[in-house]
Amino acid sequence: MAGLNRRDVLTMLGCSAAAWPLTTPMAFAALPSDNRLVVVVLRGAMDGMDALRPYGDPHLATLRPDFALGPQSGATDLTGFHALHPGLGPLLPLWRAGDLGFVQAVSTPYRSGRSHFDGQDILEAGTAGDVPPLRGRDGWLNRLLPLIPGAHGRTAFAVGRDEMLILRGPANHASWAPDARLDLAPATADLLLHSYHDDTLFRESAETALGLSGSVAQVAGKRGQELFAFAAGQLMQDARIAALSLGGWDSHRQQERQLQRGFTALSAGLLRLRDDLGPVWDKTMVVVMTEFGRTAFQNGTQGTDHGTGGTMILAGGALRGGKVWGDWPGLAEVQLLDRRDLMPTRDVRAYAAWALHGLFGTGHAALSSVVFPGLDMGPDPGLMA
Amino acid sequence: MKSTLAAIRFGTGLSPDHAPPAGAAAILADLDGPDTAAATFAIVPWSARMATIQDFGRRRRERRDGDAQMEAFRVVNRRLSDGYHRDLMQTLRRAATAPVGFRDRLAWFWAGHFAVADGAGHLRRSVGSYHDGAIRPNVSGRFADLLRAAVTHPAMLAYLDQSRSIGPNSPRGRRGGGVNENLAREVLELHTLGVDGGYDQTDVRQLSELLTGLGIDRNGKTTFRASFVEPGSETVMGRAYGGDTPNRHDIAEVLEDLSVHPATARHLSRKLAVHFIADVPPADMVEAMAATWARTGGMLRAVYATMLDHPAAWDPELRKARKPLDMVAAALRATGSAGRLSDQPMKFVRDNLTSPLERMGQPWLRPPGPDGWPEEAAAWITPQGLAARLDWITDFVGWLDPVPDPRAFVDTALGPLAGPRTRFAADAAEDRAAGVGLILASPNFQRR
Repeated sequence: MAGLNRRDVLTMLGCSAAAWPLTTPMAFAALPSDNRLVVVVLRGAMDGMDALRPYGDPHLATLRPDFALGPQSGATDLTGFHALHPGLGPLLPLWRAGDLGFVQAVSTPYRSGRSHFDGQDILEAGTAGDVPPLRGRDGWLNRLLPLIPGAHGRTAFAVGRDEMLILRGPANHASWAPDARLDLAPATADLLLHSYHDDTLFRESAETALGLSGSVAQVAGKRGQELFAFAAGQLMQDARIAALSLGGWDSHRQQERQLQRGFTALSAGLLRLRDDLGPVWDKTMVVVMTEFGRTAFQNGTQGTDHGTGGTMILAGGALRGGKVWGDWPGLAEVQLLDRRDLMPTRDVRAYAAWALHGLFGTGHAALSSVVFPGLDMGPDPGLMA
Repeated sequence: MKSTLAAIRFGTGLSPDHAPPAGAAAILADLDGPDTAAATFAIVPWSARMATIQDFGRRRRERRDGDAQMEAFRVVNRRLSDGYHRDLMQTLRRAATAPVGFRDRLAWFWAGHFAVADGAGHLRRSVGSYHDGAIRPNVSGRFADLLRAAVTHPAMLAYLDQSRSIGPNSPRGRRGGGVNENLAREVLELHTLGVDGGYDQTDVRQLSELLTGLGIDRNGKTTFRASFVEPGSETVMGRAYGGDTPNRHDIAEVLEDLSVHPATARHLSRKLAVHFIADVPPADMVEAMAATWARTGGMLRAVYATMLDHPAAWDPELRKARKPLDMVAAALRATGSAGRLSDQPMKFVRDNLTSPLERMGQPWLRPPGPDGWPEEAAAWITPQGLAARLDWITDFVGWLDPVPDPRAFVDTALGPLAGPRTRFAADAAEDRAAGVGLILASPNFQRR
């Protein structure tokens, strides 16, 4: 081992830290689709009526008198009815290019409470509204994997430290937290691999970890950006699906400040993804989901409380965007659910299912039984560019 | 070699402060003695935790009433969260300073077997008290006592929805509600007989009806609610229990029978052997343990003695990976640095122990489900899990003052288990910290 440095070791392994893992044309050829899917879970219940503000509804100003709403308060008008949260302003070029869209008044089938934990579990498990069992719970992306011909252990990546139930399950997938430092001096890394040489499990895990830890240049400061950067790096290789989550959306107080931060980070992440993916962006769809929406009216602390109907954000070059999907239920008191929440007009899973159908060719029967049990996919919303 | 294996396979590792146990007799003798570690590093009892949780609920409702109320809420919230980190600190100090640590290892094993995860309500930052009150004092006696303590503990009743289960023909049930089978199913499938234990859906249903009286009172204690009990007798595994008069003794009785059922003996003997010895343990070891289980009526100490009596218990090949909690405890122990935890603020514990454990895949008090933590090394030594271990080791070595000399530390931490590759790496490291880190990172230390 003496005289062997880390680069030699990595060369012996047939790779370099900059180009890991070695991807073969076979890996690409084995997949029926060259498309990519990124699922972003916004944990804490993102206020969809603040992301995409339905200022054209006459009741909105009454329900949210202290909130900034439409163009008259500086928000950019999108449709003559909807205005964009300023934190999402950096995404306007995407909207104009048809690479950004929204689905309004959607929710999971969860109705039995407004618990973040149950709501997220149901969103990620993709169930028909029941809280998944404590044991053996799996996520809808995991159930999708066996339906993708040629899918392997690196087709789908869970990115980040948050537990991603959405990918949990028996189908093999990869996971990595890009903020793992693994800041070993090169000589120490060499010695580590030397001591792992005879233990296959440790050796292979360490080799992969050392490779992955060098695969993304650190992104300083911007929350969540390294997740998108890492996802892009994997999607440029043989990964086709990446799932990650961003927290900090539970805006009970001082919502304006809190969501400005959140949407700014989300915008930066999506732009980073687009930039890093380059030409692959055109084959990519990003699906941004949250466990439920928030109350139609503001509360007493300049925030909103847990609600039901919310907004899904879609992005990517594979999207035929520049539009808002979904029926608007109205904000008159009688139109609200329980006199407080935006009434969902469609199951958010239907849009996810149509995205999977468009990206990977997954059949309707499997989508509405295996991936999303009990789902009525309904008419094709025409998401694909 | 045998004493080293005794220390790392059945205890919490080698220590500069304690000679390793010579073998099976020394391991068991330690278990027979008083639990001095628990007394020295105390954990808040369940009843006190429940009082804090009640206070938490009240303060949370009132927190929007004014700044003082909000502050009072923050104080009680902090108290719960500090307690959660303190439980981890105490758990690690016990394991790092115990003469052997077999009791700690058993407590972790059985806490995983009777898994309850941290959550809301009664389970808000309180699970450490369940471990300390129901599991740890019962790890060396009759399995029946451990089973009853765990299954009827309010933590378990809350976790597996038992407190919502109502007999449909009970006085209370006529006003609505129904049976929840969750606890009954897990008792049969996980806690006792095992999935191949020969029960069927009827047994699950009957047991769930028999358990309908178990609930949680307003002080967070287990209570028997006669008005919730499904009337009539229930038949579980061929034996009828109970009658028309609700009686909490019926529940004790069925657990007693399940605790000595041959399927339970096999299932749990095997699970112990898988945990301590190898993912595929020798069949004759499991058979011998199950035979002891049958002969003694489920005396756990005797079952452990049978396991320790088998030659495979002393096979020098290290087949298992230390779980993150075990690894962290062993590192504190090997470096003699548990004392560093004595006057630290909880933020230190959170940043240096709780958060790293989560990154390694073992969030404190939050097993992934009622089936506890996975056993196989491959579930833990993933790229992400190993990277988190290596990051923690790098930081941990930075706490050490002074950093030990790797040439001596390799013997302190590994004894005769130090392989030539680990010794080479420790010798060749560019500085002491790197050398100590490589020793802790080595398969010789990460495995047991």
